[in-house]
Amino acid sequence: MAHATTAEPAAPRAALSGALERHRVLAAAAFLAVFPLVAPFEALAVNILIHGLYALGFNLMFGYLGLLSFGHAALFGGGAYLCGIAIVHFGAPWWVAIPAGIAGAVAIAAIVGALAVRTRGIYFSMVTLALAQCFYYIFYQASDWTGGENGLRGVDLKAIALGPATLDFLDPRTRYYVVAAFVVLALWLLSRILASPFGAVIEAVRENEARARACGYDVTRTRLLAFVLSGAFCGLAGALNALHLSIVPIESMAIETSGLAVMMCLLGGMGTFFGPFVGAAVFLLLESIVSVWTVHWQLVVGAVFVLCVLFFPRGIWGSILHWAAGGGR
Amino acid sequence: MSAGGGEVILRTENLGKRFGGFTALKGVSAEFRAGALTAIIGPNGAGKSTYFNILSGAFPPSEGRVLFEGRDITGLPQHRFAHMGIAKSFQITNVFPELSALENVRIALQARVSRYDIWRPRARMTGLVEQAGEILATVGLWARRDRAASALAHGEQRALEIGMALAAQPRLLLLDEPTAGMSPEETRAMMELILRLARERTVILVEHKMKLVMGISDRVLVLHHGELLAEGTPDEIRRDETVRRVYLGQREH
Ligand SMILES: Nc1ncnc2c1ncn2[C@@H]1O[C@H](COP(=O)(O)OP(=O)(O)O)[C@@H](O)[C@H]1O
Ligand SMILES: [Mg+2]
Repeated sequence: MAHATTAEPAAPRAALSGALERHRVLAAAAFLAVFPLVAPFEALAVNILIHGLYALGFNLMFGYLGLLSFGHAALFGGGAYLCGIAIVHFGAPWWVAIPAGIAGAVAIAAIVGALAVRTRGIYFSMVTLALAQCFYYIFYQASDWTGGENGLRGVDLKAIALGPATLDFLDPRTRYYVVAAFVVLALWLLSRILASPFGAVIEAVRENEARARACGYDVTRTRLLAFVLSGAFCGLAGALNALHLSIVPIESMAIETSGLAVMMCLLGGMGTFFGPFVGAAVFLLLESIVSVWTVHWQLVVGAVFVLCVLFFPRGIWGSILHWAAGGGR
Repeated sequence: MSAGGGEVILRTENLGKRFGGFTALKGVSAEFRAGALTAIIGPNGAGKSTYFNILSGAFPPSEGRVLFEGRDITGLPQHRFAHMGIAKSFQITNVFPELSALENVRIALQARVSRYDIWRPRARMTGLVEQAGEILATVGLWARRDRAASALAHGEQRALEIGMALAAQPRLLLLDEPTAGMSPEETRAMMELILRLARERTVILVEHKMKLVMGISDRVLVLHHGELLAEGTPDEIRRDETVRRVYLGQREH
């Protein structure tokens, strides 16, 4: 990233993308701030932001570290359930419930990670998948706490008290800005992690594991830490989703949710900063548009996904970045 | 050429390695002295890389012990070797291909100061970049610092690898056939570099081209069929009858 060499850049395009790269968190904040004024689709936008955040957490493992997890639903769902349980069973305020969701996802990530990070390739995918299914089963069975197959209902958050001010969480626009604020915070944190010494280690481990080890890096611990960080982002996304839907459906933990992160990430561009959000936006937009005129929307979205992977293997955002850096398609 | 009469820095005791039923290394006991340049030679398949990989921590031996500065380091995980002051270059070029030459060395340097810091911006760690630049200059790659490692010539990649090994500030530098696949000019430059590096640290060099190392080594170990065939100064090795027999008919490069 930092010193990666690309083809000779086309000057103006490269200057623009360079500036965007340096101030990417600020650019994202500005974009999200004006977005509802231009396009008043807050409900969809909130959905995109939450899933983009989820795909962002996943991307840390997949795109930046190079490990394909098929078990991220356990982190997203874990965050959603823990946040929901804190509210439904303990009447916790939002500022306790959201951290509880994050902590829950981090704990699950630590367990899954500790068992999975020693494996690689297809074995890593299978171990994460199997462990996520275990967590699905545990949460499914613990219906006193989780509502079982009916999902956890009554995750109600009506207002957010911020000192003297109170934000009406039922108002779509306010809700949008609350979620957007968390997303910007997450983007800033991710940006910080990527620019840290650890960010360079992640890259090195992805590039060449044996060499990283010879340099003195503990590859297993590096992966575990990345997995736990990934869990924190996905847990936040899950918690926000619980608050947004007022319910935690058991599907949050299901294998389809794990697949969703893979799809969105590939669609947008793995290993790119905004790719997960672009992927989430395209996926959910397609879904909401196509499902209006056919119930077979999954066929259409699936076809688009396949075409995209075949012809734009860098993903949509990845291809745009590549083009802006002066490369071909 | 240094005197090579320092203390024992590395010792192997009765080292053996089996791959399945195949014995690649058997009963190798040897001592390496601090400050010396020791060459390990032997025909292809003699077990040099196997021995090297055990010394550098890539895998544990099936039997025997490795002692570094008096400490038993047998079977420690690979990353601990770098922390202890043992660095290596691989026989097959092994760099971070998409990272620049400078970043390759910088990341190697970073391993000594920060491995899990997720917070401090590394842009502020300018000292590492400066040091990386100095190391690149040492191995003759300063002009190529911004090139992706994969875009470097073969000889340059090998030099980069040595730069990365140097970044660990090793007391013991292990090099596995650093001139493999190099042109004669590249080989000459590499040999000069190794001689220069050997002035300041202990170097163990694996090489199957006997001629190449005879002029620069303090001591030579000869492996054959996984066993230590002979050990001595280059002159002693040159005069050794069994060694001659092993290398007889071997194409010399
Ligand atoms: N991982 C392995 N599995 C099985 N056999 C191996 C392995 N590594 C090396 N060998 C065998 O051990 C012998 C010694 O190999 P090696 O140490 O690479 O020799 P050298 O470096 O001297 O050419 C060879 O016969 C090789 O085929
Ligand atoms: Mg070899």
